[in-house]
Amino acid sequence: MTDVDTSSSTAPAAIDAVPLRHPWRWVAAVVIIALLVLFLYGAATNEAYKWHVFRQYLFNERVLAVGLVNTLQLTVYSMVLAIVLGVILAVMRLSDNPIFKSVAWVYLWIFRGTPVYVQLVFWGLIPVIYSTIQLGVPFGPSFFHFDLQAISFPFVLAILGLALNESAYMAEIIRAGISSVPEGQSEASTALGMSWGMTMRRTVLPQAMRVIIPPTGNEVISMLKTTSLVTGVPFTLDLYGITSREIAAREFEPVPLLLVAAFWYLVITSILMVGQYYLERYYARGASRKLTTKQLEVLAKAQGTGAPGGGGEGA
Amino acid sequence: MTPMVKAEQVCKSFGALHVLKGITLEIGKGEVLCMVGPSGSGKSTFLRCINHLEQVNAGRLYVDGELIGYRERGDKLHEMSPRDAAKQRREIGMVFQHFNLFPHRTALENIVEAPIHVKRNKKDDAVARAKDLLDQVGMAEKAGAYPAQLSGGQQQRVAIARALAMNPKLMLFDEPTSALDPELVGEVLGVMKKLATEGMTMVVVTHEMGFAREVANHLVFMDAGVVVEEGPPREVLANPKHERTKAFLSKVL
Repeated sequence: MTDVDTSSSTAPAAIDAVPLRHPWRWVAAVVIIALLVLFLYGAATNEAYKWHVFRQYLFNERVLAVGLVNTLQLTVYSMVLAIVLGVILAVMRLSDNPIFKSVAWVYLWIFRGTPVYVQLVFWGLIPVIYSTIQLGVPFGPSFFHFDLQAISFPFVLAILGLALNESAYMAEIIRAGISSVPEGQSEASTALGMSWGMTMRRTVLPQAMRVIIPPTGNEVISMLKTTSLVTGVPFTLDLYGITSREIAAREFEPVPLLLVAAFWYLVITSILMVGQYYLERYYARGASRKLTTKQLEVLAKAQGTGAPGGGGEGA
Repeated sequence: MTPMVKAEQVCKSFGALHVLKGITLEIGKGEVLCMVGPSGSGKSTFLRCINHLEQVNAGRLYVDGELIGYRERGDKLHEMSPRDAAKQRREIGMVFQHFNLFPHRTALENIVEAPIHVKRNKKDDAVARAKDLLDQVGMAEKAGAYPAQLSGGQQQRVAIARALAMNPKLMLFDEPTSALDPELVGEVLGVMKKLATEGMTMVVVTHEMGFAREVANHLVFMDAGVVVEEGPPREVLANPKHERTKAFLSKVL
């Protein structure tokens, strides 16, 4: 009876319940940790891993300054080119123009339908197939002459090969993103007098980004690893080429140098995953009813000053 | 004086489906026209034809004396370029049933979007005008809110402000309150009523008979793609002459 009286004036005490036990989680954790320890112990004591070679080459200048740098450049350049081409292809596929539509379809059909390794080898052979480039009137005079065989550009061909292949996949990702934006959005933009291009740029694509970014992050990581195939061009100065072809072949130590390559691939992938997190957060703005940290701060401030509805704040 | 909207025998079909079968109407400057009728009667399609979201198949549609969607050269009509069509739409504001605010922009950003990027107004001027408009629709406090954080009624009021920011000479409302909770309908109708008293020419597709009776100068009842009956709202609503109008009104009133 007295309890009832006190509780009416004070807030009820916080619930202090006994938490639900999960004994099997503990069992599973113990088993997995035991297996992990066994594996690590085995790896550490197994001579075949040659950890001293791994340590010796992990921060090797040739691995970092040539291999890592080239792999990063290949990834970034080909991905940027692939995204630009992908946007163009996606827009072409969605346009009303039948010529654009069919050109984009054929492009996708070819570049998605053949293996990337085959394409890379093919691009490597381009200087053999087309030894010169001439610009002029067909069967008429030539204004411009370019000798492909005179220069060696496996690096450029590698980027081109990777980008053209990737753009076919990016086009499909971007098309899916564009299609995910409700029709009312482009209708509202049209009704405001926006042109088709402006509607795409200002209304549709920014909203499509939310759908486009997660799979694109996937593609960047996948591209990072696909760069190890540029050996088909042949371009051999990437991370995998330097570690496995150059150093491992010289030292007869394939296992520790593969681990060196794997280590650096994992490091870059981890950095990319962090970048993706922030990009996703940026493009998710407005998608949730939850107030942003900034908005909460403004509201808290208004509450603090005691001004009801504290509107009319300056720009 | 040229009427704001003049429709002559406007027809629209989607493939074999005839949605509009010859609509002839006139809306004077400063007038409010309400269009009522069962769903599928073609009201929304007619509205969308006025700002060329749909292309008319037959007949002529003029806004402020200007033919919509086509250029007339001699006795031949030429399809209008997207650029010119966009120019015509700038003068006509439209408010949608589902608001269609840009979810990735705040209320204020939604309103300044078209003035800055379409009309190329200065940013400061556009923001000042947008704040003024938000104030007029009673949303000044929510300038920084994203659409998802607003109620339906608030979103629709921002949508009205967004359309007004282009200084249109004509406003089209496509069932502006149909997606709203009943308690929120009043706030949107209030804004529209104010707009009407300020002399804005408005075409409103609606099921709000009270609004039509009170605010509209002219009421049009449509069914199956034709205008069945039209006239002063009080008269049409009180003494409908046509059987179909009677049947419809007995269900909604």
